[in-house]
Amino acid sequence: MAFAALGFERDDVPLFDGLSGAVAAGDILQIAGGNGSGKTTLLRILSTALTATEGSLHWRGIALALQRAEYLADLVFVGHSPGIKLALTPRENLSWLARLYPVREQDIAEALVRVGLAGLEDVPCRTLSAGQQRRVALARLVIARATLWILDEPMTAIDQDGVALIEELLRAHAEVGGAVILSSHQALNIDGVRVLDLAEYACHD
Amino acid sequence: MTEALRTPASQQAVQERLPPELLPPGEGFVGILKRDLLLAFRHRGELANPLIFFIMVTALIPIAVGPQKALLSQLAPGMIWVMALLGTLLSSDSLFQSDYADGTLEQLIISPQPLWLLVLAKISAHWLVTGLPITLAAPILGLMLALPEAGYATLVLGLAMGTATFSLFGAIGAALTVALRKGGVLLSLIVMPLYFPVLIFGSAAVQRVVDGGSAGAPLALLGAVFAFALLLSPFATAASLRAGING
Repeated sequence: MAFAALGFERDDVPLFDGLSGAVAAGDILQIAGGNGSGKTTLLRILSTALTATEGSLHWRGIALALQRAEYLADLVFVGHSPGIKLALTPRENLSWLARLYPVREQDIAEALVRVGLAGLEDVPCRTLSAGQQRRVALARLVIARATLWILDEPMTAIDQDGVALIEELLRAHAEVGGAVILSSHQALNIDGVRVLDLAEYACHD
Repeated sequence: MTEALRTPASQQAVQERLPPELLPPGEGFVGILKRDLLLAFRHRGELANPLIFFIMVTALIPIAVGPQKALLSQLAPGMIWVMALLGTLLSSDSLFQSDYADGTLEQLIISPQPLWLLVLAKISAHWLVTGLPITLAAPILGLMLALPEAGYATLVLGLAMGTATFSLFGAIGAALTVALRKGGVLLSLIVMPLYFPVLIFGSAAVQRVVDGGSAGAPLALLGAVFAFALLLSPFATAASLRAGING
């Protein structure tokens, strides 16, 4: 995955420009920057939910626009909001999500146990705490077959155990040749994390 | 960029992963249809709203205008159609609203499945929980409004196609206004002109049969509008959602 000379303007106000970077198999790239520096915007551009004002995106060496479906099938994006239905149970949420993305031959129940939601598989998500709802979203990482993970603040509302779990998931994913782009305010306890600081690309008037 | 492209030596041994194979497009359609029907079932109270509105208003008409059979049977086809239109219009507003609020809409947009197919699944679910009950309840309301016997079959057939067309056109408006907090009025303004032909042909079909004629022509036109909506709406809605999600 490579992105080059990305720029983004909101209502004619430039947010960042000339932003370039890449992740290869086994890479973890952390996007750093203060509030409002455009971390979420950048991640949404990389996940194609938003279109950059300028710049280009490449996936496996080919322009992304030419292979949108292939790229999206190879991507899991967990955004700011967990992206789950609160009226449904964790199990039901994962089963509809699993029909959108290529998933492993792994039981959804196992994935939920893995993210620490054993015993909560069949209660509506609205009764779960914010951290538990985020864990439901993170269970998608366990079942997905995607190579690239894009995570926006995955540690939000997550307790210490949960942070350790996320770091464990990231490490395991990098080891098997996956790539991760994430934004986080905390430093990650993983070796070889590269940091991209958005402050260097910010546009000042 | 060259700096970022260079992979650390320790990780060069890591093998490049093969991309996963794409799922068949039908999977996403089934997944979203099931999900929305399940959600509708969980929110049974809201689900019944359009139907209750439809039944209540129609039940109030004989009380308000008086129980004269001749007058009511004149009004019946038009009244039932207007109520069916308003019933579906009121519920179209929320078609994408909750998905937008909880971030699942974003997940649908960036899923590898074709968005128009997922949108069609959402529209189908919407029709199954609003248009279909209204269509099935229509004969009872016809009875309340003293609709002549000849009109029932045409009414049900017309409403089945008409409410589906309302859902399809409503989805375009709902997608365009999804990021607006008070999009309800704007939605009505956008879709109303698209609803008029359906309303005209639908009530004309029933009126014709009641007057002893044939409903063939208006029903055929209604079918044509439905076919047009079915072809156009999923693509227009998908494009509107991509544009609308970023406000």
